[in-house]
Amino acid sequence: MVKYTGKGVYGAVAIGKISVFKKQDFSVKRVHITDTEAEINRVKTAKKAAEEQLHALYEKALREVGETNARIFDIHIMMLDDEDYNESVENIIESQQVNAEYAVAVTADNFAEMFSSMDDAYMQERAADIRDISNRLIANLAGVVSSEISSEDKMIVCADDLAPSETVSLDKDKVLAFVTANGSSNSHTAILARNMNIPAVIGVGGEFLSVVKDGDEAAVDGFTGEVFLNPDEKTKTALEAKRKADEDKKRLLQELKGKENITLDGTRINVFANIGSVDNIGAVLMNDAGGIGLFRSEFLYLENSDYPTEEQQFNAYKRVLESMSGKKVIIRTLDIGADKQVDYFGLKKEENPALGYRAIRICLTRPEIFRTQLRALYRASVYGDLGIMFPMITAVNEVEQILALCGEVKNELKGQGIAYSDSVELGIMIETPAAAIISDKLAPMVDFFSVGTNDLIQYTLACDRQNPDIEDFCDTHHEAVLRLIQTSADNAHKNGAWIGICGELAADTSLTETFLRMGIDELSVSPAYVLKVREAVRRTDLSSRHSCRK
Amino acid sequence: MVSKKVTVVNEQGLHMRPAGILAKAVKAHPDCEVTLNANGKTIKAKAPMQIMSAGLKQGCEVEIQCSGTDEQTVLDEIAEMFANGFGE
Repeated sequence: MVKYTGKGVYGAVAIGKISVFKKQDFSVKRVHITDTEAEINRVKTAKKAAEEQLHALYEKALREVGETNARIFDIHIMMLDDEDYNESVENIIESQQVNAEYAVAVTADNFAEMFSSMDDAYMQERAADIRDISNRLIANLAGVVSSEISSEDKMIVCADDLAPSETVSLDKDKVLAFVTANGSSNSHTAILARNMNIPAVIGVGGEFLSVVKDGDEAAVDGFTGEVFLNPDEKTKTALEAKRKADEDKKRLLQELKGKENITLDGTRINVFANIGSVDNIGAVLMNDAGGIGLFRSEFLYLENSDYPTEEQQFNAYKRVLESMSGKKVIIRTLDIGADKQVDYFGLKKEENPALGYRAIRICLTRPEIFRTQLRALYRASVYGDLGIMFPMITAVNEVEQILALCGEVKNELKGQGIAYSDSVELGIMIETPAAAIISDKLAPMVDFFSVGTNDLIQYTLACDRQNPDIEDFCDTHHEAVLRLIQTSADNAHKNGAWIGICGELAADTSLTETFLRMGIDELSVSPAYVLKVREAVRRTDLSSRHSCRK
Repeated sequence: MVSKKVTVVNEQGLHMRPAGILAKAVKAHPDCEVTLNANGKTIKAKAPMQIMSAGLKQGCEVEIQCSGTDEQTVLDEIAEMFANGFGE
């Protein structure tokens, strides 16, 4: 077994036999000719044939991958018809008295070179389009029709790189996966593979191609970008399991996408997603989450070597809100300290960091940092439905200070004529026993609670969750924890606030019914768990008189 | 000859798709010559590859020049396409 690594462009797993895609030989000879007019006519005929083929490809792509992706062939037709390109071909034939193939090849080189040398990755990729149309022209001049997979079985197609036209030409029913030695994730092949839902790994390197033969077995992991050539049994079993799990998940997605999070007896609940970076929004949308229940803003601080500016933060928040197009987005303010350290904050080493200088405690004692974040959040609020959530609350006066600061920030923006939304919801994390116990006092001050179960468990049970030796003592279903959640839920509802759970426990489907009976309004989980939780919610029947505790 | 200054609004600049749409629109008026002046270059607006290779990025200022039959109508049409980002 040999492992090759490239970039996975469509997450799925395939195991099967390899078919090496043979590029046609487009090397052309320079031949001296005398009848230049006849040669130019040959180009015109070939161009016409090429155009017809591209029209057919456009139609095929339109059916298989949709209009947006089919458009590339429309553009190829236009490029083929480009005046400069055609003038160049004709000029070379006439001035050098050479054959059409040679003139096309030289023209292709010149134009491809022009694009390759541009300082823009997108434009550099366009060199491949020039080669694609030029090779088609040359193939038509030579009267060669492009090759197809001959096997009856589904194959893993391996190639140096695939031109878009080659990708679409392949019979989709015969392709298990794509593996290419070169190419980038910007290439049309990558885009098309994604749209054809075919696992694809690109850029595994040239060595791979020198080794593979038709009929070799391979396992392709489009998630990790790994390709195992002649995999051993262990690898095959592991990847087969992964393939199965992925298939189940995609089936679940098909079944549950667009469906409501509603129990058998008609109780409705929100299932949102937790994310830690703007890059995860794709996963949120793909898994059909109803909103974002926890957006950890720490990444803005962790990725930077200095405090992120208001502008940097504003742009990131705006992007999230816009991408979620009107769905709820709850952004949690800075939660560093304890296990999340950032050098430029210059935090001291602590004996007991979990009980130390962290989260809201940093924000309230260093308000200049907090103010910058709040300004960025309020400015971004006009781009969607924003909620702001504050971590590590233990006391009423902390919330009073926060609310005062929010008021100041809004006044300041108003004074500067900067727009913000009036419907921003403010909420706090319930992640300390103190907050849960005084939740009757806290609830009237806010719009919502969100229970952070990881910390709530750790603080309630006095169990360091990072210490494997005490795992047995850390019962995540402990009655004390569930009672604290119940108390918080009751107090939230009495005061017209809503309550969600955004800790890991929210994804524990053995507790879904318990949470629903407590009256929890929202569960926010990793994108990958959204549909699992939805499935659990839809299975639950609250009309039967079961006790609330398992 | 008529002319007008416009700005590229497309986030990715005048890449393949807008360049293609622009060239197609210009070709529909064979009796009106359309050129673009930008980045110190003069570009034939009916040649998609020239448009693309000019690397017109977002925010880039472009002068459209039209000369020939219905030049004002063509100019307005092209300026409008720039303004709405070629439908993107």
